[in-house]
Amino acid sequence: MKYRRAGEAILASSPDVISDISFAIEDGGFRWLTGASGAGKTSLLKLMYLAEHPSLGRIDILGTQAARISRREMALLRRRIGVVYQDFRLLDHLSAYDNVALPMRLARKSEAQIRADVTELLRWVGLSGKLDRRPAELSGGEQQRIAIARAVVGRPKLLVADEPTGNLDDDQAERLMLLITALNRLGTTVVVATHNLNLVRRYPAPRLELAGGRLVADG
Amino acid sequence: MKVAPRRIDRLGLRSAMADRLLPSVVGAMSFLAVLALAGTIAAATLASQWQGDTGAALTVQVPDPRRLAAAGGIDRTAAVLGVLQATPGVTGARALTGPELDALLEPWLGQDTAKLALPVPAVITASWSGTGSLDGLRAALDEAAPGTLAETGARWAARVAALTGSLQASAAAVLLIVALVAAAVLSVATHAGLAQRREAIEIIHGLGALDSDIADRFAIRATVLAAAGAAIGAVLALPVLFWLAALAAPFAGIVPHPGPPTLPAILWIELPAVPLAAAAIGWVTTQFTVRGWLRRLA
Repeated sequence: MKYRRAGEAILASSPDVISDISFAIEDGGFRWLTGASGAGKTSLLKLMYLAEHPSLGRIDILGTQAARISRREMALLRRRIGVVYQDFRLLDHLSAYDNVALPMRLARKSEAQIRADVTELLRWVGLSGKLDRRPAELSGGEQQRIAIARAVVGRPKLLVADEPTGNLDDDQAERLMLLITALNRLGTTVVVATHNLNLVRRYPAPRLELAGGRLVADG
Repeated sequence: MKVAPRRIDRLGLRSAMADRLLPSVVGAMSFLAVLALAGTIAAATLASQWQGDTGAALTVQVPDPRRLAAAGGIDRTAAVLGVLQATPGVTGARALTGPELDALLEPWLGQDTAKLALPVPAVITASWSGTGSLDGLRAALDEAAPGTLAETGARWAARVAALTGSLQASAAAVLLIVALVAAAVLSVATHAGLAQRREAIEIIHGLGALDSDIADRFAIRATVLAAAGAAIGAVLALPVLFWLAALAAPFAGIVPHPGPPTLPAILWIELPAVPLAAAAIGWVTTQFTVRGWLRRLA
């Protein structure tokens, strides 16, 4: 078990799917997370966005040791983490607008601020004409853009994205990367899991590479 | 631009927690609870009435009433009446008239008891406000007219008290069972809603919802449905209560009057408590159920 003592760090060690993994990411850092299917990328991301807890080891996120905080503090910590899920995980009974507004509503933001931020973000991802559409009425790429908008609308301190460009065309993928790098420049720590090595080459950044549930490259 | 409503159904609970089945079941529970509640009130009212009347009644039987008493040159009935009127704590002593006695015995011996071969005793009624035993009075009556029997309603009053106590305990047990069943039904409905909306809950949970955010949503829904169901059940129980009140009126000493029967004022006060209690059970049960479920989630 290893851990980093300060700053925004993510350390994980789980004997189940991934094991003996130790690394640290500095505040405002950017990491690509790569590896073949089944290498453990999604499992590691789940530890990062606190959907799972390690059976062994220690995770420090945004300066907080996750295992030592209350359920309430855990929920508040989750609000500082934006997540783009591989399967989007949108609420099918809510409109695009309401899906994107969810993190802000949970954070008790004013409706005026929610309206301003959500409409701006949906315009930015090219969905300004589909605010009241439900996910089932949208294409896979459009659903992915909603998921991305929901992940970044709360200006998270940590953004974790699992194959965020998987359903996007090149133009949309480019726009997404511009958004992510802009957030990163503003201080958001970013971890993006991808198979798309072209994307990795176009946006050079340190890389965490997994193989067989173990970290085989960091840097 | 379409502006989202402020109070949206984030978890889709309108479809996850059925708005017909749950109120129907809680309504049925409420119906039973109202009947049990009315039962406790009726038992208390009847007990008060019966104990007051029966406990104070003194009944004296004078066998061979027309025969002369041992002293005074008067018949045995008059002698016993004289003793009763002279005894402190005994008031209103009077012998039943022939027709009154006939009416009293008619169910067992038929009409016109004067023609019976059986000797019928005189019956004297009085009120007894004494606190001690009847032994002294019985001795005095027996001296005036040997074979005279005296009895108060205290023994019956004690039995009535025991009966009404049992009825009230049974009604309380019914209320408790109804409350527990309602809680169980609400818990099952909540679990079903949680299972149905598991993915939505996981998503909202992952976005940073507090346990209270999710539990409150379920609890508000369950509370509204439970209160509505209970209110309907209570209203539906009213015709039954009026019918039972009409049946029970003679036993409660209520003088019949024209118009529909009335219900005790205390019942009108307690009736609104049923939906309120259902709402409280709904809120507490759902909060416990959802928070326990969330603790197992992550």
